Amino acid sequence: MERKILLLGGSAGGFSVILNIIKALERPIQRPIIVIVHRNPKYASSIEDTLSKALLQKVKTADDKETIEDGTIYFAPAGYHLLIEPDYSFSLDISEPVQYSRPSIDVTFESAAEVYKENCAAILFSGANHDGAQGLLMIKKYGGKTYVQDPLDAEVPIMPQSAIDLNAQDKILSIAEIKDYIIQLT
Amino acid sequence: MVELSTKVAVMITFEELEGIIDVVKNLHGYDVSGYTRSSLKRRVTRIMELNKLDLVELKSKLINQPGFITYFLQEITVNVTEMFRDPEFYKAVKTDVFPYLATYPHIKLWSAGCSTGEEVYSLAILLKEAGLYQRAFIYGTDINTKVLEKAKRGIYSLIKVKEYSENFIKTDPKSSLSEYYTAMYNAATINNSLKQNILFTQHSLVSDQAFNEFQMITCRNVLIYFDTNLQEKVLDLFYDSLCHLGFLCLGSKESLVNYKNAGKFKVVNKKHNIYQKIG
Repeated sequence: MERKILLLGGSAGGFSVILNIIKALERPIQRPIIVIVHRNPKYASSIEDTLSKALLQKVKTADDKETIEDGTIYFAPAGYHLLIEPDYSFSLDISEPVQYSRPSIDVTFESAAEVYKENCAAILFSGANHDGAQGLLMIKKYGGKTYVQDPLDAEVPIMPQSAIDLNAQDKILSIAEIKDYIIQLT
Repeated sequence: MVELSTKVAVMITFEELEGIIDVVKNLHGYDVSGYTRSSLKRRVTRIMELNKLDLVELKSKLINQPGFITYFLQEITVNVTEMFRDPEFYKAVKTDVFPYLATYPHIKLWSAGCSTGEEVYSLAILLKEAGLYQRAFIYGTDINTKVLEKAKRGIYSLIKVKEYSENFIKTDPKSSLSEYYTAMYNAATINNSLKQNILFTQHSLVSDQAFNEFQMITCRNVLIYFDTNLQEKVLDLFYDSLCHLGFLCLGSKESLVNYKNAGKFKVVNKKHNIYQKIG
């Protein structure tokens, strides 16, 4: 069976949208989901634990060298870049921030692009910087599916708009359409 | 935007990366095959961007240009570090480790993968505060000789050192960080009194052996760049380099959970990944 993945990236105004979508899932999603949001390492939250209790599926912070498993939602740890290895495991990296961000959405998207190729789907949400646009473009170049939250819908449109400026998206979706898209993956 | 778009032009595949790893190994004898591929791919891509090289040009330089391999090896290692990174970790070292260290007449510490030395000086400061520095000796090692030169000089940007002061304050110190450096223009120079019992020297975790026996080894945010096989090998090296009841301190996302000899260590502090050799 081919391994698939769904990547969700966002920053200012995007985190709450992503959380609401995840919380609203009524059935577990088969393919692994990786969430990359800009979080302050000084305020490491226990959102993974909270979600794990509320949902019917496993939600956890991605660990170094952990094998990526179906039915699990992973969050990038605060303060580290999260990369995906060719053997479908995670590795962490504490090199320079990218687009002032660590974790950087670009870094995870770019590393997932070649590993998952056409089996990679990614959605870029609201945010206040340009992180994620390059990564989304890379996923598109490797044949993956790329979506952005409609900037008109977004609390801070800079992030999705910068992806659109690069023509990195296959489709622009409203929040409702994003929900529908993810639900049909269950 | 124009600048961003050109960035995407530099793209290598994992297969092409293996080709580069082969050249480095077969021609120069350096084995980087244990490095995690995604991270290595980013570093190699970065070298290509900085030098405006495509894959053919990169390989050609690696093969034909004397000295380029040295530059290449320096640039593929990540050298991001700071003083008192994770202040809570240093607090834990003070409470969980130092009381044991204080029982030894001579204390040997090893900071493996010390990069530009910030962690070594952080330890030195804590040892000084605890009254242990005079009987302590810290080895700071790294594969990269360029960063070791910087470590030896101990000169850091004053702006950064001001940030480090904030970290330091969170370790509940008795002193102020400014007592350990001299500020001049935009630079902070670590005082010589702090450098006395420190030796910075080259050591490769990939290919070199144990070189001493230590009461404490810190290796933080280095193992994440190694695959599981190399991690195992390096942890064996640390095991061999620790005295009985010696301490091993790893980074906040590094643990012994997958290590075959984990049973030979006691977990001293789970949150901060501090271990003690007991077996």
